[in-house]
Amino acid sequence: MLAWTIYISFLGAAGLLLLPKGSVAFARILALLTAVAGFAVALVAFVHHRTGEMQTITRVPWIPSLGIEYHLAADGISLTLVLLTGIIAITGILFSWNIEERTKEFFAFYLLLIGAVYGVFLSYDLFLLFVFYEIVIIPKYFLIAIWGSTRREYGAMKLALYSFVGSAMVLVGLIAAYVVAGAKTTSLHDLAQFPFSLHFQMLAFPLVFVGFAILAGLWPLHTWAPTGHVAAPTAASMLLAGVVMKLGAYGCLRVAMVLFPLGLGPWGFHVFGLGSWRDVFALLAVIGIIYGALVALVQKDFKFVIGYSSVSHMGFILLGLMTLNQIGLSGAVLQMYSHGILAGLLFAVVGRMVYARTHTRELALLGPMNLNKVIPFAAVTFVIAGMAGMGLPGFSGFVAELMILIGVWRAYPLLALFVGIGIVIGVVYIWRAMQKAFFSEARVESAPHQPPLPPISFPERLGAIILIGASVLVGIYPQMLLNIVIPALNSPLFAGLRQGSWQ
Amino acid sequence: MTEINYAQLLQLAMPEVIVVATALIVMAIDLLALRKFPTHLRFSVAATLASLGCAGAILRIVLAPAQANILDGTLIANPVTHLVQVALLVLTIFTLLITVDSTFTEHVGEFVLLILVATAGMMFLVGSQDLLVIFISLELLSLSLYILAAFSKRSAQSWEAALKYFLFGGMSAAFLLFGFSLLYGLSNSTSLTHLAAAIHGPSLNPLLAIAIVTTAIGLGFKIAAAPFHFWAPDVYQGAPAPSAAFIASGSKVASFFIFFQVMALGFGGADGTASFPHIVRGWIPVLALMATLSMLLGNLVAIRQSSLRRLLAYSAIAHAGYMLLAIIAHTQQSLAALLYYVVTYALATLGAFAVIAVVEQQKGSDQLSNFDGLSRQAPVLSFSLAIFILSLAGIPPLAGFFGKFYLFVTVLASTPKPADLVWLVVLAIAMSAVSLYYYLRVLKRVYVTPLAAESREFHSPILSQILLLVLAGAVVLLGCAPQLLLKWVLAAVSASGL
Repeated sequence: MLAWTIYISFLGAAGLLLLPKGSVAFARILALLTAVAGFAVALVAFVHHRTGEMQTITRVPWIPSLGIEYHLAADGISLTLVLLTGIIAITGILFSWNIEERTKEFFAFYLLLIGAVYGVFLSYDLFLLFVFYEIVIIPKYFLIAIWGSTRREYGAMKLALYSFVGSAMVLVGLIAAYVVAGAKTTSLHDLAQFPFSLHFQMLAFPLVFVGFAILAGLWPLHTWAPTGHVAAPTAASMLLAGVVMKLGAYGCLRVAMVLFPLGLGPWGFHVFGLGSWRDVFALLAVIGIIYGALVALVQKDFKFVIGYSSVSHMGFILLGLMTLNQIGLSGAVLQMYSHGILAGLLFAVVGRMVYARTHTRELALLGPMNLNKVIPFAAVTFVIAGMAGMGLPGFSGFVAELMILIGVWRAYPLLALFVGIGIVIGVVYIWRAMQKAFFSEARVESAPHQPPLPPISFPERLGAIILIGASVLVGIYPQMLLNIVIPALNSPLFAGLRQGSWQ
Repeated sequence: MTEINYAQLLQLAMPEVIVVATALIVMAIDLLALRKFPTHLRFSVAATLASLGCAGAILRIVLAPAQANILDGTLIANPVTHLVQVALLVLTIFTLLITVDSTFTEHVGEFVLLILVATAGMMFLVGSQDLLVIFISLELLSLSLYILAAFSKRSAQSWEAALKYFLFGGMSAAFLLFGFSLLYGLSNSTSLTHLAAAIHGPSLNPLLAIAIVTTAIGLGFKIAAAPFHFWAPDVYQGAPAPSAAFIASGSKVASFFIFFQVMALGFGGADGTASFPHIVRGWIPVLALMATLSMLLGNLVAIRQSSLRRLLAYSAIAHAGYMLLAIIAHTQQSLAALLYYVVTYALATLGAFAVIAVVEQQKGSDQLSNFDGLSRQAPVLSFSLAIFILSLAGIPPLAGFFGKFYLFVTVLASTPKPADLVWLVVLAIAMSAVSLYYYLRVLKRVYVTPLAAESREFHSPILSQILLLVLAGAVVLLGCAPQLLLKWVLAAVSASGL
């Protein structure tokens, strides 16, 4: 049943391409219906799946000569992310209601991307997972290069190449693991149980982990993220920050850490005080948190602020993964959901509500426009999203970051201090952007020269309300997700990790 | 010396005989009956007849598959040769269908005749394990290809390309013949299996070393591996589109197959290893060097190209580098991987040239700027071009991706310690990440760049559109369900016991 999230999206994309020329309104509605149908399927599965353990959806032989299966399965982690994908897919379409140029193609690429993302989250066979993971690259490139803004072709190419380099690293690791294990199966379950030698894991783990982490915005390989986000059209930024970066984090957790748990163990010697890959990546994640926040603090372009904030927030996820304790890991999964929703919301406000109307994202130019009076809905939404992003109690971000912080406190007490600093800077940059964009002193003389901005439309309001609701719901009742995420982390698949340095 | 049974010989060579007979019939009909008619009609009739002939040969192979080995491998028929021959015939049919809309020549009969003769040469080439027959079939193929490359008489570029091809080809044939003669001296036989038995030994005879290098040069030229690639960009660019498509697809399939056979069978005793840094002398290090150079040069130079044909030429050099890895691995599995790769590669390249043929006819040249905004003028053409290009880049779920995946797996699995060849595989995967850049640049032109305001009406012929959709469909299908082809390849390879 859950497999239909993938098929519906692909069918929707194909259907859009076959529409006659000029049917713009119909294309939008068809895309929206497809996304809603996908979300409905995901929601039904989410409600029915109460244990959080891995359940097979479809399993048929695909390439029997190589032991490759078409195997889809879902556990609590994948379900959480599938649900997130469904929400982002719907709201992304609502916020792209104003796309007039080559509408059909836009939504076709969009749905292709969504379908592939569903596929990654649901794959339980590594070959299949990799296939879906790579399909994501191409529509992403075209969405940005065709419908983007600032330096779009550069941003799109950079994004595509970074992704492809990352997936090339993953491919090397996967082929090596497959061959070392006897070239009989690519099933994640079977390979996770194969006793790879310590030496092999020490080499393969960083390769595959970094390969995935490039897409998760690991510092210093994050530079594609701000340029890509800024160049992308609103819906694509929402997708990029909302779900595509999660693909990277998901791959780190699901593939790199599950296949090569020994790679996280100590090297047996110390370099600059770092004793294992785990220490290295934890440190890089913390640098990412602080660096992203500091750079966001000095940006002049509104969208770059959000772009760098994404790097900072993704640092939390990677750090949560490296804590290797239950609270830290489940916090990381929760943060994947939370950041997906909130980054989507922030990009929607900046890209669609503000930029599409004012045609500028310069904070200095936005200030005099008196936006909190002209488009109060955008101002209110941004305030809420900003608060949620900072970690205000009652929103999903609070729970997630708190859990990660506790996890870090247990694993790396010293780093927890720096994370605290990162959170504080997070408050400052959001506050500064909010102040400059929406609440700065209005200069009366400049206002009359400009035509009045169009009011916030209904699809935009609806999208914003859905996203805020999704964040508040989890903020108030995090057990909704944790009830299935924690059993998933305790399942046999993660046994290798738990036996390692799980605390 | 065994008695030669000519009836059996004729029966075994029946598919080739059918192809050659078709060639003569097509030329006769074209010259005798159709001289006064418009070129398009002549091409249609000739291509249809020739395709029927090829289809007849396919039927003959499929329906009456003979297993034989005459005179120590002079003529061989087994499941693998059948498979490759069928693949070659299918590619020939596609090439013939591309010619239907071309206007570059009035000598229709001769053109089709040469394509069919070249096909017969390729079929003999793959059906032999004897040095002399291999050389003669290779020359039959090459000579036809030189003329095909020069066929556009009005274009100076076509001449130049053909002359270059001919001169380099002649040189490489000389190298090959020199190597073969040394091998004959060493083994006193022209059969590959006898050769392997004769050269088996712990140390590498200096004469054998020379023979290995010259043979690798001769065959490396045919597959356009660096540093013997100089003809490729000019020929790909200068030759008429159907000729270039044929050179880039069918002849590559045959050459790679024979390269594999000569190396794996003939030089079986002189392998050496390429496991860095403990390299042992033999033919493997030679091929590893060629593969490395091809992957680096092909991919890096392709970035700078502004003509799609030249870009495809350099990408062909890069792909030759990847495929050489399968020869280096020389296991049954890697032969299967090589066949899968080269066939799907040939389909994608053929498709790309079919698109180029249409665009050239409408816009005059294959410069990348002529592809600006193509997706708005010709959606079907652009969509299929995207499929072919992405398959070449190795993006799943297209055939090129599975080809690469399987190839790299078999290469790693070919040695007892997977670490031995890992440096080649890592280089190949890294280089294919580079290749995405130039492939995406082509697609950027097609899909992203806005259409020039004063662009003329664009007319894509119906036949080309259907043909392209069939080819694109095949590339997608083989990517989504590799088992369809892989099943046959694996069965054939293990049945032939190579």
